[in-house]
Amino acid sequence: MCGKGVNGFMKRIYMDHAATTPTDNEVVKAMEPYFTQKYGNPNSIHSFGQEARDAVEEARKKVAHLIGANPSEIIFTGGGTESDNFAIKGIAWANQKKGNHIITSKIEHHAVLHSCQFLEKHGFRVTYLPVDKYGLIDPDNVKKAITDQTILVTIMHANNEIGAIEPIKEIGKVVKEAGIYFHTDSVQTVGHIPIDVNDLGVDMLSMSGHKLYGPNGVGVLYLRKGTRIDSLIGGGSQEKNRRAGTENVAGIVGMGKAAELAEKRLVQGEEDKLIKLRDRLIKEITEKVDHVLLNGHPKKRLPGNVNLCFEFIEGESMLLNLDMEGVAASSGSACTSGSLEPSHVLLAIGLPPEIAHGSLRLTLGKDNTEEEVECVIDILPKIIEKLRALSPFKGSWEGLKK
Amino acid sequence: MSMYSDKVMEHFKNPHNVGEIKDADGIGEVGNPICGDIMKIYIKVKDDKIVDCKFKTFGCGAAIATSSMVTEMVKGKTIEEALEISNKTVAEALGGLPPIKMHCSNLAADGLSKAIEDYKKKIQDSKLKTEIKNQCKKM
Repeated sequence: MCGKGVNGFMKRIYMDHAATTPTDNEVVKAMEPYFTQKYGNPNSIHSFGQEARDAVEEARKKVAHLIGANPSEIIFTGGGTESDNFAIKGIAWANQKKGNHIITSKIEHHAVLHSCQFLEKHGFRVTYLPVDKYGLIDPDNVKKAITDQTILVTIMHANNEIGAIEPIKEIGKVVKEAGIYFHTDSVQTVGHIPIDVNDLGVDMLSMSGHKLYGPNGVGVLYLRKGTRIDSLIGGGSQEKNRRAGTENVAGIVGMGKAAELAEKRLVQGEEDKLIKLRDRLIKEITEKVDHVLLNGHPKKRLPGNVNLCFEFIEGESMLLNLDMEGVAASSGSACTSGSLEPSHVLLAIGLPPEIAHGSLRLTLGKDNTEEEVECVIDILPKIIEKLRALSPFKGSWEGLKK
Repeated sequence: MSMYSDKVMEHFKNPHNVGEIKDADGIGEVGNPICGDIMKIYIKVKDDKIVDCKFKTFGCGAAIATSSMVTEMVKGKTIEEALEISNKTVAEALGGLPPIKMHCSNLAADGLSKAIEDYKKKIQDSKLKTEIKNQCKKM
């Protein structure tokens, strides 16, 4: 029976992998010795310290390999948010004599947007590029926005909400021609689609451990050799003076293991498996339910991302109903974002707020099955019907006072 | 989800008095599409008492639960008593709401007062009409 396990225990279905992924058992196993046995400080000269140092450097190699970088270009941080802050503020401070202009997009993660807004308060100028109805950025618009004051372009690799994969390689060419630094927030893509930093043409790339079956509290900033950057966190000389603070050894080891496993899965064709499940969800739900829109691009999208808007109902009430059936999902509705307005991403692709409030994001991961997808396809239309019966809008938005 | 009280979830799972009243004596609408909560409250009044109340709501769990709760609370009350119901008392009757929901989705009592306002206006209008009719007759 769908959503229900044996003995009355509910079999839960997790489809919120863009929020966080379960830590892989192998990752946990790799981390364990670094809490209680190999607990040395990697900066210590003794054998305890040196075994921790070796583990950190081994992890660095694995992460570098996953993205086609040199291990010396990998800086471990406290997470994706820190990496974004580091890249943007670090470039801004270190290059402010060259110029004070930064280019980004309207659909970036808040870690990027708030870093940019912070810099605006300190004399920098920021251009927030628009996106098309699929959430895609036009490389030509990047070109047009570049001035002689521009020091940094930061555009996300793929959007966390609608899954749109941006033309980073094309933007990279434009940015390189202008001789400007290029950063990409790659938190949603690393380990999920093949990435090569040289092919993409980026100088900096942010990643997060817990989005690729690694632990929370650890991230990476890929920093191309020769990049002029100020550090965000000052203190000791760890990470070649780029990021102070005693290394999170267990976390870093976990990140390394997660990178290694992600590379294996990519070779084994996990992407195709997820695309198949994703497209089945999209196809069957949109066939079964009317007044539904797909957000993001049908093809240029993350393998596990489904984002739909159901008209006349609100996202949180959908999530609560799904949760009662054991299905974990997310929404861009205001109620779930903790703000009063619906998602800035959904508004940027041109959706009116009342439709943006009805968004549902299902993000698939490596352990999701055909059976789970079938279950969601079965229960979701019933939930939509139930909520539409409560709605004052029926089949149209007639009577909506804006 | 543990963000809501059991009482809220109870009303959310099985909302009471969902629907429209075709010949309603008063209709109140509150909310806006930006916040994503829109409520429509319908009342039926007989001898100054609210004898029926129904709702239709576009909104989150709190919006649906408060709508359901207010329709339950108001039945059988006089107009004067009904006007004493506030957003706060609705939230209390539900065992509280998460702080962020207190101002954005807790509108049901406002919807009810608007419905009562609508009812009063209708009564006045019809009184006025009869008065005018009577005066015309006298002339």
